[in-house]
Amino acid sequence: MLTQQILNGLVSGSVYALFSLGFTLIFGVQKLLNFAHGATFMAGAFIAYYCTINGLPFVMAIGFSMLATGLIAILIDLIAFRALRKRGNAEFPALVSSIGVDLILVSIAQQVSNTQVLNFPFGTFPIQFYDVFGLRISLLQIVILGVVAVLVTALIFYLKKTTFGRQVRAVATNERAAALLGVNAQSVYLQTFFIAGALAGLAGVLIGLLFNSIQFLMGEPYMLRAFVVVVIGGLGSVQGAIIASLMLGVAQSLTVAYLPSGLTDAIIFGLLFLVLLVRPNGLFGDINAVAGGTRQ
Amino acid sequence: MSKLSINDLHVSYGGVHALRGVSLRVEEGEMVALIGSNGAGKSTLLNTLSNVVKRKSGDVSFEGRDTRGMSPYAVSRAGLLHVPEGRQVLSDMSVYENLQVGMIARGKRPTIYSLDYVYELFPVLEERREQIAGTLSGGQQQMLAIGRALMGGPHLLLLDEPSLGLSPIITDQVFDALKKLNAEGLTVLLVEQNAHRAFEATSRAYVLDRGKIAFEGPSAELAGNKAVIDSYLGA
Repeated sequence: MLTQQILNGLVSGSVYALFSLGFTLIFGVQKLLNFAHGATFMAGAFIAYYCTINGLPFVMAIGFSMLATGLIAILIDLIAFRALRKRGNAEFPALVSSIGVDLILVSIAQQVSNTQVLNFPFGTFPIQFYDVFGLRISLLQIVILGVVAVLVTALIFYLKKTTFGRQVRAVATNERAAALLGVNAQSVYLQTFFIAGALAGLAGVLIGLLFNSIQFLMGEPYMLRAFVVVVIGGLGSVQGAIIASLMLGVAQSLTVAYLPSGLTDAIIFGLLFLVLLVRPNGLFGDINAVAGGTRQ
Repeated sequence: MSKLSINDLHVSYGGVHALRGVSLRVEEGEMVALIGSNGAGKSTLLNTLSNVVKRKSGDVSFEGRDTRGMSPYAVSRAGLLHVPEGRQVLSDMSVYENLQVGMIARGKRPTIYSLDYVYELFPVLEERREQIAGTLSGGQQQMLAIGRALMGGPHLLLLDEPSLGLSPIITDQVFDALKKLNAEGLTVLLVEQNAHRAFEATSRAYVLDRGKIAFEGPSAELAGNKAVIDSYLGA
């Protein structure tokens, strides 16, 4: 029972990781909180749903949805962030303008779905269960764990080992110095937004499948979770966000299983404050505290 | 054609008329000094050359090309590399990664300085290639900032106060490296508060005073000019 709950927690935690990584990435590069990230996630589920019911094969629906949410995220950058970035001191105004974009996307989804809860048609994803060492694990859970592991590894490789990734980190550390070295910050922003949006869109599809429920407000609880993940993991730290997401998933699944369900959020945020009391920069925040301090 | 020619440049920065009609040129293969007291506009001039600061009026021509309207990243990709004041290393990346990022400015242009060359010029960078740049000493960071600019294939190197905060021994090492680079053909515009060092290392110099060029000429001559000595070389 306990290990089963931990397994379930790891699965939802890995989807949190997918969602939170993009949020962290944008925060790391721009020092801006993109509140529309939750709506991008929701849009991913919606787009995949409408593609599927219109007859597109599910794998193509996912691909199309990731492409579309990547482009939505780029649009968010162009509409809500770019102008503010130019004038400087953009943190607060960008928060407000991204909340605005979030509200617009949510209202569109509400209109489109008629405020209904949508479900992927039966058989969209094969329902199959396996028994492994007494644990019950579904094919979907296995696929989610596998896909997230591959994507997260690819993202870390991209950031650490490729020229593009070095440019992303250079802009995150010191945008002006990066420009003097020939790094085009605008193109870095577009890339990070595209990646963040596509990952959020995929997370939306996976959550829509996992809980067999898609609705226009589905992004909001994940947005709050992403804040917790980013703060616990250390602002802007990719590794921290991954570990914090998995911890959060497990903590949530355990509290749901063993404690009154109304307490889940109280306990999660209680954990957040506990971590902050002990490590104000988050669990993995030391290096990034330095990076944040030197950013110009 | 001069490597760099600046004609009647005016710049306002933070509400101050920081540059008031500056004209200056740097020829191919020269190392030219720009000295002046704090607040004379030296850094503003370099920042204007790399288009980090917008000019109000005047012309800047780099290798015969007007740089007006180019983004800072495009200027450095064209081969005008600026080592900014305070080094500005990418503090949470390793020495090696900083040098790799430096290569971005080179783009598809041919390599001028290889990684091996930079390691030979500043052996400490090779010894510490895995170290996080923010934990290097000031002198090592300065060497990294210069090495990183060399990786970008500079046609003209702008240096802003390379001796700032460095011990005399480290300053010697940095200046020796600059003299070697120049002797091998690199064109350099050197901004310095340390006028002695600057005059000694360069062939020509300009003295900037409150946004205007007050003196210009061969460095050796300026170093013996009484007015320059009184104002900039101390007692």
